[in-house]
Amino acid sequence: MPDYSWPPTEKRRVMGRRLSRIDGMVKATGRAKFGYDIKRPGLLHAAVLTSPYAAARITSIDTSAAEKTKGVAAVEIVSKPGTMVQWQGTEIVAVAAETLDIARDAVRKIKVEYEVLPHVVNEADLAKAGARAKPAAEQVAGDPDQAFKDADGTSEGFYGLPVITHCTTETHGQVIEWQGDKLEYWPSTQALSSVGPELAKMLGIPAANVHVMQDHMGVGYGSKFSCDRWGAFGARLSKASGGRAVKLFLDRAADQLMAGNRPSHFAQIRLGAKKDGTILVWQSRSWSTGGMTGGGMPPIPYVYTKIPNRRLNHTAVQVNAGGQRAWRAPNHPAASYLTNCAIDDLAAALKLDPLEVFKKNADYTAFPEVYRWQLDKAAEMIGWKKLWHPRGDSGKGAVKRGLGIGVGTWGGAGHASQCRAIIHPDGTAEVELASQDLGTGTRTVIAMVAAETLGLPVGAIRVKIGDTNYPPSGSSGGSTTVGGVSTSTRKATTDALAKLLEVVAPGLGAQPEELEAVGGVIRLKASPAKSIPWKAACKKLGVSPISAMGENNPKLAPKEGLNTGGVAGAQIADVSVDTETGVVRLNRLAVVQDCGLIINPKTAESQCYGAAHMSVCAALCEERIMDDITGRMLNPNMEFYKLAGMPDIGEIIVYLDIRPEHDKRGVIGLGEPPVVPGIGAIANAVTNAIGVRISVVPMTADKVLAALEGRKA
Amino acid sequence: MSLTKEPKPEPGVSRRGFIRGVGLGGGAIGTGILEHEAQAAQPAGGKSIGPGAVPVTLQVNGKPHKLNLEPRVTLLDALRDHLDYTGAKKVCDQGVCGSCTVLVDGKAVYACSMLAIDAQGKDVQTAESLSAGGKVSPIITAFVANDALQCGFCTPGWVMATKAFLAKNPSPTYEQVKQGFGGNLCRCGAYNGIRRAVLQAAQDLKGGANA
Repeated sequence: MPDYSWPPTEKRRVMGRRLSRIDGMVKATGRAKFGYDIKRPGLLHAAVLTSPYAAARITSIDTSAAEKTKGVAAVEIVSKPGTMVQWQGTEIVAVAAETLDIARDAVRKIKVEYEVLPHVVNEADLAKAGARAKPAAEQVAGDPDQAFKDADGTSEGFYGLPVITHCTTETHGQVIEWQGDKLEYWPSTQALSSVGPELAKMLGIPAANVHVMQDHMGVGYGSKFSCDRWGAFGARLSKASGGRAVKLFLDRAADQLMAGNRPSHFAQIRLGAKKDGTILVWQSRSWSTGGMTGGGMPPIPYVYTKIPNRRLNHTAVQVNAGGQRAWRAPNHPAASYLTNCAIDDLAAALKLDPLEVFKKNADYTAFPEVYRWQLDKAAEMIGWKKLWHPRGDSGKGAVKRGLGIGVGTWGGAGHASQCRAIIHPDGTAEVELASQDLGTGTRTVIAMVAAETLGLPVGAIRVKIGDTNYPPSGSSGGSTTVGGVSTSTRKATTDALAKLLEVVAPGLGAQPEELEAVGGVIRLKASPAKSIPWKAACKKLGVSPISAMGENNPKLAPKEGLNTGGVAGAQIADVSVDTETGVVRLNRLAVVQDCGLIINPKTAESQCYGAAHMSVCAALCEERIMDDITGRMLNPNMEFYKLAGMPDIGEIIVYLDIRPEHDKRGVIGLGEPPVVPGIGAIANAVTNAIGVRISVVPMTADKVLAALEGRKA
Repeated sequence: MSLTKEPKPEPGVSRRGFIRGVGLGGGAIGTGILEHEAQAAQPAGGKSIGPGAVPVTLQVNGKPHKLNLEPRVTLLDALRDHLDYTGAKKVCDQGVCGSCTVLVDGKAVYACSMLAIDAQGKDVQTAESLSAGGKVSPIITAFVANDALQCGFCTPGWVMATKAFLAKNPSPTYEQVKQGFGGNLCRCGAYNGIRRAVLQAAQDLKGGANA
């Protein structure tokens, strides 16, 4: 069996280098074609009429005026009369026309009658949820009542995070075109290999008849795994237009309303501890919503999972709003926020330094030594010893400064992936995977692994992804892509190289296993001077290219060791709060991230920067706002759905814990871990600065001022 | 309490519909580095045009393009759908996010908030111009070298905003860069790289390279 293991650190020539992403140029110049940019001959543009009501029954639909509109090619009723609408934004009718303006004109002419029904759209106040609240069975471990009696001190707090949306730059949608009984399909997807079969099933055609292509995509954050209803009705519009290509991307409002969101989480949490800070007991009453499905309990107590005595109650609340989807590290940022705020409040109640309390209880975690080390590292990076002060004791002056801690964890082992490596007689090397690059740098790490294995420069590798003509590879969720594609690429290129070495070995008077490919030549390991240049070696193939398949099988991967999962992370935030205006500024965020083998430190750090920035958005500005009276989302746009901009982001200081013992763990995904600890860290820092807790993020100026005045925001 | 007899909502008046209605032109709605010039355009000889298509000539990246467009077509839709300059992206579609930023007579403009007919007689520059003829601008190379992008969807807007910013501020400080891009959003959060890219581009441009 060939040796697929990663080369030792000192022998790596490509992996581990800070390389610029290989598709950076085509993206920055505006020449990259996203699904949203695809042009086809005779392309039609589609618009969708959506429900203005959160709860209603459709009684009639009249599309006649739309159909008569000049330039309209097809009208497709998506929700027939009689359909119960359960959230605003539900798709009712779709129209394909020569231009988007004409399609929108036609949509405005459609007459829909509704019987409007009662709705519930908010869940922050559980008492008002009524029959929409679905309590789960209580979970108890140990003896919480006795533990509270034994405790030297207790603390209690209420903490919450509202629903937020994915707000991807490229909205959800696709260009789709029938060619006879086959579909050409350009979606914006995180799951190139699986959206085709899913769409085929919805349309009742063979999976083999759908050809999916995607060179670039404007991110998903977990919201783009499905072909979605609009994939199916987009295809039907194309069919009804005689097979003309139809471009259907949701407009921003529809995307915000129904293309996914992160569930809310609220919790009343009580902790009991010894006076040295050792936690004895956790008690929580939590609730959440992810739309009409309600919302599950986050994994609390988070990270500190081994707190011996626990009582947990959770209630799922159904609301008339678009359904939840996976959102970068599903449930973890919420669980982290709830747990970290509760521990921080406990430290304050016991008049202890929270850094010591987080460390003291690390034995309750899966990685005690890692967390202690990370907390110390983050504390050193932020200057904890010098800058930390007891809660609220932040001196005179209107602007108060504070520090706060958050911790997180994630899996990140590789998904199922297959790769085909091809070496051509002219020396060209290709790797093919039906994978996708979400902007994480997937294309680049594939090239780096192939280049490392074949002893070639990165520029010599042609990476072919984004097409279902290539071997299937898993969807990009759960930070599983880098482990999956790096392993399959490593195996495929190793095996393809082995075939080439067999061909060239006789000419070098050696056995194939005595050879290696390094620096653009194939040479004897024992006497490197004896070599043949790569191109000359490939010429010996004659006219036939060689190819080999490589596979990552998640069941076998732990034994093989090329990729694994399970990382810890700690972050400390440094904020300033203006107590006169209520404005919170993130000064710095120290991000200490546990990791495995890092293929490209440059793009790995970018993952941390990007993730940390999302914590700033969620902590300080981002939220879905629902109106109780009308049942509508008040900010289905990017003007009042606030995202942090460049002036809002302080200095994010990233420390990737790259060292030999972590390198041995193989490749571990980094997309999700760094997005977990930040919200709690920032919230704790604000509390440390102003002395009172703002229970529910985002910590907007109005909430800060209200908290300072002791009133409800 | 929900309203069970709520009147049917009127079709909403979109921001652009409003702009189109009152004939504003030539400017960005947002704040930040973009120019505030939302003054009413002079009606062309006092007569109205449209709603049918009218001949429109756009000068894009130095090349004239003759088009037949309804007056309501935005500069962004003209560039993307009627021509093939797809670098500028429609993201918020309301003059907030800056992903559609192009230069009109050298000034950064949200192309989603300007009508194509108002861009006539003006010099429109898109991100594609920064690599025309294989000659790559130092702004582009600085963005790539500093990993100032992830998914890349908003990036063409950022590079054009950078071009406009550096034309006004050829030697910016770090703080000026941090505060100077309030008109663009990046959902992936590549801000750290973007700040370094803008500073590097400023240096490289002073080194004699052409933008």
